[in-house]
Amino acid sequence: MQSGLQDIGEFISSKLPTSVNSSSVERDELTIQVKREDILTVLKFLRDDPQCKFTCIIDICGVDHPGKPNRFEVVYHLLSLKHNTRIRVKLETDEQTPVPSSVSIFPGALWHEREAYDMFGIAFEGHPDLRRLLTDYGFQGYPLRKDFPTTGYLEVRYDETQKRVVYEPVKLAQEYRDFDFQSPWEGTDYVLPGDEKAEKDAGKGEG
Amino acid sequence: MAETSLRNFSINFGPQHPAAHGVLRLVLELDGEIVERVDPHIGLLHRGTEKLIESKTYAQAVPYFDRLDYVAPMNQEHAFCMAAEKLLDLQIPRRGQIIRVLYSEIGRLLSHLLNVTTQAMDVGALTPPLWGFEEREKLMIFYERASGSRMHAAYFRIGGVHQDLPEELVQDIYDFCDPFLKVCDDIETLLTENRIFKQRNVDIGVVKLEDALAWGFSGVMVRGSGAAWDLRKSQPYEIYEELEFDIPIGKNGDCYDRYLIRMEEMRQSTSLMKQCCELLGAEHGPVIIDDNKYAPPRRGEMKQSMEALIHHFKLYTEGVKIPAGEAYAAVEAPKGEFGVYLIADGSNKPYRCKIRAPGFAHLSAMDFLNRGHMLADVSAIIGSLDIVFGEVDR
Repeated sequence: MQSGLQDIGEFISSKLPTSVNSSSVERDELTIQVKREDILTVLKFLRDDPQCKFTCIIDICGVDHPGKPNRFEVVYHLLSLKHNTRIRVKLETDEQTPVPSSVSIFPGALWHEREAYDMFGIAFEGHPDLRRLLTDYGFQGYPLRKDFPTTGYLEVRYDETQKRVVYEPVKLAQEYRDFDFQSPWEGTDYVLPGDEKAEKDAGKGEG
Repeated sequence: MAETSLRNFSINFGPQHPAAHGVLRLVLELDGEIVERVDPHIGLLHRGTEKLIESKTYAQAVPYFDRLDYVAPMNQEHAFCMAAEKLLDLQIPRRGQIIRVLYSEIGRLLSHLLNVTTQAMDVGALTPPLWGFEEREKLMIFYERASGSRMHAAYFRIGGVHQDLPEELVQDIYDFCDPFLKVCDDIETLLTENRIFKQRNVDIGVVKLEDALAWGFSGVMVRGSGAAWDLRKSQPYEIYEELEFDIPIGKNGDCYDRYLIRMEEMRQSTSLMKQCCELLGAEHGPVIIDDNKYAPPRRGEMKQSMEALIHHFKLYTEGVKIPAGEAYAAVEAPKGEFGVYLIADGSNKPYRCKIRAPGFAHLSAMDFLNRGHMLADVSAIIGSLDIVFGEVDR
């Protein structure tokens, strides 16, 4: 299985040397990194080539890495029934640059791309119907971005006096509880309250 | 009549329509009674599950999966646990695997019973749901006796299942199986050769296999179109490899074939449940891995051992830390391939957890499936897609 996936990865890279940046096999899963502009060529090849035959679109999703220059990753999961293998195709993009839409190759991409647009604000060029999908009518912002608060900005209620549904800024009866249970002795990158002085003094002592 | 006075008719179907299986709103464009265009508006049950999971520890994510496809909760938990276990490289004890399979098949019965009978209700039959729900009630009591909860079980945990099953429960599940086959036969006498049921379902919503794959269908939706594809056979997980069962496939890819497949799958699941009960009677052992870095120590142990107490405290506050990496794990849920794409960053919370719900892909093809059909076929097609909004909207 492992070597078979490796072979498929190498085969794809050799056939599309300009489009595929890298391929790797980890935990029995094949991942290829591709250039954003070439995604349609790659998907078409993966679908049609007799050695690949990844004819079933499993999923398309976005991933947000706010620290990186190319903030978003778009991850495609494909499945080949013929060879009983899966592949993961990844590309990078930022907030402005649109990704070519794969609807022309897999009609099933229609809603997956709408969802990625809805949740992350990733634009798909050439998508026939790029509307929001899961969020409320008239929703603002992109909820799955890391900088979007879990509580959201607006809350909805039915107002008895106005006899209609009203939108108001979120009011919380108690502050949103975001527990941090990481052990302070390992893995944290912040200074515990009260420890700032110790750190500073330590610096002085050395100097 | 003048040409200009003819116009298409747009109607709203749902979100409060009984045949909409929850909170689906369809905007239908009709030409007479012919459907010209379908625009499903979903998201009325969107709860931001993926976002919530990102701010909780891995163990706390499990109950969210019960609330996705809430007619077969444990199948979803299974996918998440498998993804986490893949990242941690854990091997589940054998008895834990058998229990997982047993409860996944109970979940399949729960889901198919609901779907088959409500599909019949969508096309006008009232008795099947009454008969089917009686059996579902019994199955949910099995859920309750294992986990304490009829629906939102949170029974599958990373590393195994929460607790062992009592012997009487295994026996009761075994005793349930044979009479249940009789109920399947009874339901079939109501539907399979029923003239009205056939008129409403045969040759309705036909999908060719290439289309089914290009639209990302899975499960019964591709088996109905003739693909012998079932993850339990083709990419076996847990102990499915050593169990004996058949995969029914359809020929025509219409609503009626999908109904027949679901009926046969229930029989196969019953046989799987019996096999699991037999295995559980013969093989004993732990149901969750013995490593307290991942699975909590037993209660009794905690009363005696300081170390066990510390482990328990650490697991229920900090939680399990999963090394950085990514994994995709999929199970054959009753509705199709349910997958979890998990990205870990080395902390105690998932960095990203994408839930791949089969119903989402199926519903996205509503326009493709309904175009050219009659208005009355819309509800038959929704019925055979097997939609549950918990997983479509997430």
